[in-house]
Amino acid sequence: MPEARRLAEVVEAVRAYPRLRPKGGGTKPALSTPREGEVPLELGGLSGILEYHPEEFVLTALAGTPIAEVEEALKAHGQYLPFHPPLKGRGATLGGTVAAGLSGPLRHRYGGLRDFLLGVRFVDGEGRVVRGGGKVVKNAAGFPFHRLMVGALGSLGVLVELSFKVFPFPPSTKTLRVRLPGLEAALEALRRLRLLPLDLLALDLVPPATLEIRLGGFPQSVKARLERLQALLEGEKEVLEEDEAHWEAVRDLRFLEGSPIWAKIPAKPQRIPQLEALPLGPRRYLDGGEVLFAGMDGEGLLALRQAGLPHLVLKGAQDPLFPPPPEAFFAKVKEALDPSGRFPLG
Amino acid sequence: MGFLEELKALLPGRVLTREAELAPYESDALTAYRKRPLAVVLPERKEEVIGVVRLCHRYGVPFVARGSGTSLSGGSLPVEGGIVLALNRMNRILRLDPEARIAVVEPGVVNLEVSRQAAPFGLYYAPDPSSQPVSTLGGNVAFNSGGAHCLKYGMTANHVLGLEVVTPTGEVVRLGGESLEGVGPDLHGFFVGTEGLLGVAVEITLRLLPKPEAYHTVLAAYESLEKAGEAVSLIIRKGLLPGAMEIMDRLSIEAAEKAVKAGYPLVEGLLIVELEGPKEEVAEEAKVLEAILEESGALTIRVARSEAERQAIWKGRKAAFSAVGRLSPDYLVQDGVVPRSRLGEALREIQRLSREYGLRVANVFHAGDGNLHPLVLYDGKRPGELEKAEALAGEILKLCVRLGGSLTGEHGIGVEKKGYMPEMFAPEDLEAMERVKRALDPKGLANRGKVLPEVAHA
Ligand SMILES: Cc1cc2nc3c(=O)[nH]c(=O)nc-3n(C[C@H](O)[C@H](O)[C@H](O)COP(=O)(O)OP(=O)(O)OC[C@H]3O[C@@H](n4cnc5c(N)ncnc54)[C@H](O)[C@@H]3O)c2cc1C
Repeated sequence: MPEARRLAEVVEAVRAYPRLRPKGGGTKPALSTPREGEVPLELGGLSGILEYHPEEFVLTALAGTPIAEVEEALKAHGQYLPFHPPLKGRGATLGGTVAAGLSGPLRHRYGGLRDFLLGVRFVDGEGRVVRGGGKVVKNAAGFPFHRLMVGALGSLGVLVELSFKVFPFPPSTKTLRVRLPGLEAALEALRRLRLLPLDLLALDLVPPATLEIRLGGFPQSVKARLERLQALLEGEKEVLEEDEAHWEAVRDLRFLEGSPIWAKIPAKPQRIPQLEALPLGPRRYLDGGEVLFAGMDGEGLLALRQAGLPHLVLKGAQDPLFPPPPEAFFAKVKEALDPSGRFPLG
Repeated sequence: MGFLEELKALLPGRVLTREAELAPYESDALTAYRKRPLAVVLPERKEEVIGVVRLCHRYGVPFVARGSGTSLSGGSLPVEGGIVLALNRMNRILRLDPEARIAVVEPGVVNLEVSRQAAPFGLYYAPDPSSQPVSTLGGNVAFNSGGAHCLKYGMTANHVLGLEVVTPTGEVVRLGGESLEGVGPDLHGFFVGTEGLLGVAVEITLRLLPKPEAYHTVLAAYESLEKAGEAVSLIIRKGLLPGAMEIMDRLSIEAAEKAVKAGYPLVEGLLIVELEGPKEEVAEEAKVLEAILEESGALTIRVARSEAERQAIWKGRKAAFSAVGRLSPDYLVQDGVVPRSRLGEALREIQRLSREYGLRVANVFHAGDGNLHPLVLYDGKRPGELEKAEALAGEILKLCVRLGGSLTGEHGIGVEKKGYMPEMFAPEDLEAMERVKRALDPKGLANRGKVLPEVAHA
């Protein structure tokens, strides 16, 4: 099995094999498992932080770097990846996260992966090394190839190097768990909270009727805001004073353990009733209802497809992406960057 | 029927061809460049844009989409023999859905109008280029426009959730959707910032945010620009993340004072810092900020005690460009980016270049994200002075790239900076852009001659 630890080895592998499937930590097997005729390209060895300037809020690392390693370096300076990449505890890498296009519960505060990726260096389908974006927090020069790579499932190039914007982590956090009488009441509360300027770190709905709300900031302020929030909401409330372990478990998608199929499903509060009527397993809506991570079996997946709801399967299916990207635009970009169809989504 | 006849049949009475009618479209806010188009068309619906693009494709006529023409880099400069698609009449907000926190707009909608319409719901559209009372969302999308709040909130790309695009061959595609999260390649994110080279955006879905509850705005005066810059570094090092941090130099302060009487102290460097968020959090951050500004050696510190005082602090900054414009018959604005820690070095070098070229340079910039805005003052009526100003501006661009930054933070490459693209990008990078362009636009009709330098064609 080809393994690339350096840029030159990625180029070599791309030129050597007619069909390749890049693999980072292997935490999303539906995306990294080679299909018939494909050769897996192991990128776990392409690892390490290249540049990190805490004062610039910018970090650059090789694509195979584990999220855990990046976060440890950031933590030493009180910083974090605000898009909160999932599956960190299971060994997810930067590259796999970008290719899959995944963000975790804390994306609610400042935005998702697409908002924090600043630049990329990748090897296209012909073995050419291309850079897009830059290593500064603001930049509008040239075609933004870095944004193109978000969620592209490796279809347009092998990611080699990635630059991210990073932020200071709040000095303290607390979590409020609120149990409401039913889905309708929970949705009502969710809708209200979405319109208020509360700067919540996370706002999750755990069906049928529990909200989990994380606050971050200076201790005095968190305390006062927590009180305001409690006064604002009905229902049975519980405060998690120590909440870090809880949210780490959530971002590792531990609630999906035991489900044969794992999927990410873009959503909106308005769409939740429809989603709740489908035969899905354990699940959680992140970011005020903007995205659902759900476990299911074959029946659930079929129901999603039949309802025409877009989704990405991370584990447990052959055909992970629905719908396919819009042909009139994507096929042209693919033709430009991977004309021989070496990579997925050919 | 020829091209023009077909065009007129498509948009009866809305095809401009007379010299006097074309004149206003011959240049954008970079007035040093001018070109006369073959015609200007004024579509009112997206079906008309689609029809015009298909017609252009059939006849091989180049086209340039245009919003309000406030581009500072020649982005909306016409192509000779081509047409201009002036989109200002497509200015309807098609849907504003507070529950979904989105607005779906036509490309000719003016930026500020979205926030105005969203205000009754406590929402707003975050990207705030200084041109927001006039510039359109189509132009903002094409240029990935920024503003004063980019460090914390990102640029236009981060606030566009979906697009409907007419490709240069006349196909209509929907990219993205309505959710903050999508699946599959982020094609809408990629389209934002491609400066109209990959098609015309005919519908844009925007993300709206709740308006911050409280602001804390401070104006601090310094004896040097460097001291003001050091204060910014200190703020970052202490873990604060203000919504905006802006710096102005003496020339810009003087100009702003003359123009709008903002009541600024006449010093070498002024720093505006704005904290925003829930009132309890802002109160805590304000204490930290106060200590930092004391420590930073500020000569005076003014805190806005009311919304009126806050607006007064912003007034001079917002008027800075036009105010500096009054100091001189002409000016060029650059907007290169440097890593924040190199700001002092960059400013010193700009001052040196200014002396060397014998041209005044005023500096107003987004200090939080290292986005410089040097305004190079010149008199176009003096022979050779424009060329000299351009050469000086070019030196500044190269300086930014050399320090590890970018040619442009928000104003785009356009025609003005395309010659400098090889400073920032390797030939392989430019070729990849070129290949994408060719695949989507085999005839090279959409905004021909912009962004990609000629050398990449070879
Ligand atoms: C005084 C002043 C202050 C400014 N301040 C800022 C600032 O703070 N931040 C900032 O980022 N910019 C700023 N700008 C620059 C400018 O306002 C922005 O670039 C703005 O986005 C341009 O919008 P417009 O509607 O005028 O577009 P135009 O100038 O008409 O067009 C700009 C580009 O967009 C393309 N385009 C227009 N509509 C479409 C469409 N529907 N589909 C595809 N392509 C399209 C055009 O072809 C052109 O390439 C400023 C300009 C001025 C004059």
